[in-house]
Amino acid sequence: MRISTIAYIFKQGFKNIWRNLRFSLASIATMAACIFLFGVFLSLVMNFNNIVHAAEEGIAVVVYFDTGTKQEQIDQIGNDIEKQPGVADINYVSADEAWESFKDVYLEGEDESMEGAFKSNDNPLANSARYEVYLDDVEQQDTLVKYIEGLDGVRKVEKSEVAANTLSSFNRLMAYVSLAIVVILLAVAFFLIYNTITMGISVRQEEIGIMKLIGATDFFVRSPFVIEGILLGVIGAAIPLGILYGVYERVINYIVTKFHMLGSFLQFLSVNDVFRWLLPVGIGLGVGIGFFGSIFSVRKHLKV
Amino acid sequence: MIDLRDVSKSYSKGHPAISHMNLHVEKGEFVFIVGNSGSGKSTLIKLLLKELDPTSGTITVNGQRLNKMRRRKVAKYRRGIGVVFQDFRLLKDRNVYENVAFAQRVIERPTRIIKKRVPEMLTLVGLAEKYKSKPDQLSGGEQQRVALARALVNRPNLLLADEPTGNLDPKNSFEIMKLLEEINQRGTTVLVVTHNREIVNAFRKRVITMKKGVIVSDEQEGEYLNEN
Repeated sequence: MRISTIAYIFKQGFKNIWRNLRFSLASIATMAACIFLFGVFLSLVMNFNNIVHAAEEGIAVVVYFDTGTKQEQIDQIGNDIEKQPGVADINYVSADEAWESFKDVYLEGEDESMEGAFKSNDNPLANSARYEVYLDDVEQQDTLVKYIEGLDGVRKVEKSEVAANTLSSFNRLMAYVSLAIVVILLAVAFFLIYNTITMGISVRQEEIGIMKLIGATDFFVRSPFVIEGILLGVIGAAIPLGILYGVYERVINYIVTKFHMLGSFLQFLSVNDVFRWLLPVGIGLGVGIGFFGSIFSVRKHLKV
Repeated sequence: MIDLRDVSKSYSKGHPAISHMNLHVEKGEFVFIVGNSGSGKSTLIKLLLKELDPTSGTITVNGQRLNKMRRRKVAKYRRGIGVVFQDFRLLKDRNVYENVAFAQRVIERPTRIIKKRVPEMLTLVGLAEKYKSKPDQLSGGEQQRVALARALVNRPNLLLADEPTGNLDPKNSFEIMKLLEEINQRGTTVLVVTHNREIVNAFRKRVITMKKGVIVSDEQEGEYLNEN
């Protein structure tokens, strides 16, 4: 195909937007509304996921050892646990550290005699050396606990069953609900935009007929409409994404300052973290819907 | 140039629009197809443009069999035919120049050729000065000239005109017909569907008369037959 033809097709695509300004504005508004809703929803889901994930990371499985287990064996247990899937981090707390930490928390400010009651080589928490194992994914907890219980030298494994179960079922629920809402939103967006484009194109049915009778190929007739659809998609996506970008941090700041009780355990994502996903997905949606919407709606009129 | 053998076209109900039609038009001829509404004239044009397919029979135009033509080849086939309609069918949102240039864009002519050919055509039809006007700023006669320039800019072998003077006053009708005659003299085969008696009788060309989908007369230097 000639460069001049390609240039012509692009030019016509741009011009079509002006020629049918009312239709273009209607398409852009519909698209913008849908992508705005989608963006709000995606930001919510991403933040929820982040909060849940942060909570998951705080859950630890605690591993205690048989009395008299040697340090080498403890190290070996640590290595074995670290190799298991789903383990994010493993932290060794020796008996001395456990005692120090206990003293910090419970005996602070008490007089020396209280502390002196325990001789330095007589650690009351001698059996409290432990591993704290942090997980990426709470759903792996049960498998991991079973594995650790089977290791030699392990006396006891503590897990936070309730928290893990709640989080993992909450996680699963979130995944289903967000998938369902995304599918519904996309279907509604596609339907609305397809309708708008179809309306705009049926106005130009005569024009398409004339082009075909003069000997234009389907490709030649369709291409300017497709360019137009993609452009409308990009504009229709750029507007809500711009608004969301501007508004997002303000909303988060508002929530954090207004409800600082929540702020302490709700970990919100930064606008850039959200837009790392939202930007490509939003633009992709706009372009995709514009592309397929125009192809489908022109197709009906090409049979001349 | 045009060859129809035993061609019939029926729509879903009622009697056929065209029934067992045989027609042969030589290269370089000028032919009027006349008849009342419902005689099958417009169906004939649609068959020749491959807007419709015949129910039976074979159609050959420019050496190409239309019956078995693939959808992809239809566009290419139509580029060899100029076509003019009663309602002009111009692209309303584009000016005169762009309307004519469009036919050249369709066949992917380079821009420098388009810039040369379009003014030539507009001069031929007498509209060189109005190249910037939009169709709704022109009279009916002028719009039909634009349509004619568009039909001719690709130098087709065959020009089909479906009631080209149907929306024009007598003066403009004669001018358009004069242009068609001139084009024919330059070698293009011209087929004009009309029910304009004055014009048919004035030009003294081959006249094919249709009635209820059948050719009832075919005369060289013919006249518009009395109705009924």
